[in-house]
Amino acid sequence: MARYAMVIDTKLCIGCADCVVACKTENKVPEGLNRDWVVEATQGTYPKLETEFRSERCNHCSNATCVTMCPTGASHHWNGTNIVLVDPNKCTGCKACISACPYDARLIMHPEGYIDKCTFCHHRVEKGMDPACVSACPTKCMHFGLLDDPNSEVSQLLRTRKHKVLAPETGNDPNVYYLI
Amino acid sequence: MLNQNRGPDGVSMNRRDFIKISGLFGLGAAAPAMLAGCAARPLPGQGEVVRTPTFCDMCFWKCAAYAHIENGQPWKIIGNDDDLHSKGRLCTRGTAGMGAYEDPDRLRRPLIRVTGADGLQTFREASWDEALDYIAERLKKVEQRHGADRLALLNHGYGAHHFQHLVRAFGSASIAEPAFAQCRGPRDVGFELTYGEVIGSPERTDMEHSRCIVLIGSHIGENLHNAQVQTLADAMRNDVTLITVDPRFSVPASKSKYWLPIKPGTDIALLLAWMHVLIDEGLYDRDYIERYATGFEQLKRHVARYSPEWVYLETGIEPETIRRTAREMAAAAPATLIHPGRHTTWYGDDTQRSRAIAILNALLGSWGRKGGLYNKESVSLPHYPVPEYPEARSDFRAAHAGRFPFANSGVTTAVIEASVGADAHYKAWIVYGTNLPMTIPGIRPTLQAAIDSLDLVVVVDTMPSEVTGYADVVLPECTYLERYDDLRNSGERVPSLALRMPVFEPRYDSKPGWWIAKQLGHRLGLEKYFPWDDYAEVIDWQLKQLGSSLEEMKRIGVKNFPRKRPLYFAPGQDVRFFTPSGKIELYSQQLADKGFDPIPEYTRPESPPAGYYHLNYGRMPAHTFGKTTNNHLLFQLAPENTLWVNPLVASERGLVNGEYVRLANPDGVVSNQIRVRVTERIRPDSVFMAHGFGHRSRKLRLTHDVGADDSELMTRLKIDPLMGGTGMRGNFVTIIKEAV
Repeated sequence: MARYAMVIDTKLCIGCADCVVACKTENKVPEGLNRDWVVEATQGTYPKLETEFRSERCNHCSNATCVTMCPTGASHHWNGTNIVLVDPNKCTGCKACISACPYDARLIMHPEGYIDKCTFCHHRVEKGMDPACVSACPTKCMHFGLLDDPNSEVSQLLRTRKHKVLAPETGNDPNVYYLI
Repeated sequence: MLNQNRGPDGVSMNRRDFIKISGLFGLGAAAPAMLAGCAARPLPGQGEVVRTPTFCDMCFWKCAAYAHIENGQPWKIIGNDDDLHSKGRLCTRGTAGMGAYEDPDRLRRPLIRVTGADGLQTFREASWDEALDYIAERLKKVEQRHGADRLALLNHGYGAHHFQHLVRAFGSASIAEPAFAQCRGPRDVGFELTYGEVIGSPERTDMEHSRCIVLIGSHIGENLHNAQVQTLADAMRNDVTLITVDPRFSVPASKSKYWLPIKPGTDIALLLAWMHVLIDEGLYDRDYIERYATGFEQLKRHVARYSPEWVYLETGIEPETIRRTAREMAAAAPATLIHPGRHTTWYGDDTQRSRAIAILNALLGSWGRKGGLYNKESVSLPHYPVPEYPEARSDFRAAHAGRFPFANSGVTTAVIEASVGADAHYKAWIVYGTNLPMTIPGIRPTLQAAIDSLDLVVVVDTMPSEVTGYADVVLPECTYLERYDDLRNSGERVPSLALRMPVFEPRYDSKPGWWIAKQLGHRLGLEKYFPWDDYAEVIDWQLKQLGSSLEEMKRIGVKNFPRKRPLYFAPGQDVRFFTPSGKIELYSQQLADKGFDPIPEYTRPESPPAGYYHLNYGRMPAHTFGKTTNNHLLFQLAPENTLWVNPLVASERGLVNGEYVRLANPDGVVSNQIRVRVTERIRPDSVFMAHGFGHRSRKLRLTHDVGADDSELMTRLKIDPLMGGTGMRGNFVTIIKEAV
């Protein structure tokens, strides 16, 4: 499986949500719905504080419970990669994937009756472009690339910087990394 | 609420009522179309895509971009890679630009105020010819009876250039924008007094090369001035030492090595203490000061009493922290930037605070140096040949005669005040792109009095914002995505031009600003100032003088030119500053001559009365003031503002996260309701809210009545005596729980 990863530098993220709007316009996401979002996590007591901003989305897990749990095969790994897509033709809107996702990344019921989610902009990735959110980010805190390539920017960042993933204990093997 | 002068019969006694543009249009306007499609929905970009260059108008930063249309439908807007304002990346608002074009609440047709048989004033739709004739006829009368200089233009935004041209051609030099007296005026005047040059926009900060950056109340990252955000991020990537002074744990504070949660209003004391340490410990740039500055000995004597120990008692910042941060600044100098900020109208001594920032930069030797403040340069762009403007009989200074000697630009509040009464100086206004009642705190009563007195009020806007309700005639401009404007030519690191051109045909019956100005010009006998059929001719002519053309710019959007002057001073270079002394003026004789402090003094701010809090306000990344809150893409992101309160305050007052409260000030003004956000990120003596919410215009159907408006709570304004700035931060509020 070719593994695409997103690496997000929380030291640079300002929580501006440009990634959210860039996704929404690029992918023509219906009114009121989003495929990505920003989390602000503050720890400590005034004035000893730490605040972390994180742009979150589907983790495109290598071991994706949503794919396993989907009764119709609508949720699938795209084209031999870890990119998880939903085939609207097969999706019945049963929401099994919503319960199976440890990241609450499948919040979206598309008005046309299927579950929608982040696609890592595979239509752009195919053309060698970054996902729309990564391209728009004004602080360039988001990076995208192939984990299999040791020389890719994402591989280099993960080699040199302290990082984490969300909910590693689920065993889903997520592919969105946060530099901390 | 605004029509307080209603007589017993219910008929307004105001000559001109405020009209809530609500009854005129039904609610039948289509919501943005739901995406058509089916299970076999095509992937984005597979259709026929047309890409058109523009530069953004979602804020004032003017990022060059490409708007994309797919199969004739608005798709997306992305930054132009060749542009230094955006570096190929737009901000949250710029990315949402299509929402401005799509807004179903846009002004659609010209409107004229009419009084019905029942005495009720409303707007009726009019043709462009009728509306323009109406305006021209009244402007001619103003000219005949009072003089052309009695017309004032109150404006904001790049499209205002067309109306500035019209007003100057007409014979007026009274042009004022809130960007001066309600925003960055004190900063630019403070730096001009010190260095002989303004900071300008974009700011001439060299952050990508800074090794130490000090932000004082500037929350870059919450305001999304694009290149500011990007170069601050560059600095962070370079491991800059970031020092943030803010009563709130702002976004940059959260990225800082030092956060100084200063007691509100005591910034000048801190700045003087830093100067004290730099001079006392011999850490300032002696060679730079000797070579370029004047007044050092006076400065040294002046700051001697501002010891860190004394200043600690004012600011709450520990003496050791003051010393350590001063040493950090000196260690990184001259690549140390004391950031000049942008919105600087805080406490009425703002020009002096900006002077203190300017002086501190001088002690560190950062003006004209790499990592400090660079020399900006724009393109020498020839003006399209039109006759010289007639000499105006008076200019904006007529509005504040004898006051504000250092106002180098129109003061909006003074213009509005000079429009009240039968003998008022101003008789007519054109208001372009600025929603005055929310932009200028506490202005509504004066605004009502002014429109009762004025012979004509014209509002040009894209949206039915509250100010349109004060107009005699409302002219619907099309958005930036539907028009040509002047080429962008801002001073920058690299001189560059950018093109704004129509991406779409104007929707409804809206028109480009250049067309409106030209049509009015023709009706006023000013044809010779508008010798073009289409503004594209002007742009093409200008570009051809530089060896480019409109055709080329339609392909590339941005054209960068080589610099003619170096970006920084050369080592030991002889520099003559544009000040009276030719030096950096640490001590300002200009100020002394006018009876002001020649070196900034600290004045202790008022403390909030018991049970009250400092009202702090600022920006949020999703919105530009109140200008974008009705944009459907941004509304979905941030529909309302919140009231930040410290958990101690929440517990004392029994406030729950997410509940609605109202704010009241000591003068009895009660705000619209606002949700509580309990957070450790704020001092317990302060509350914070983003500006731009609580719109009163019902025609802004998404944002009307949502969130609270900070500016209406600002009834105690501290006016900067140097330049007329409206100091907004000396206001206090208490919190009223909503009855459950």
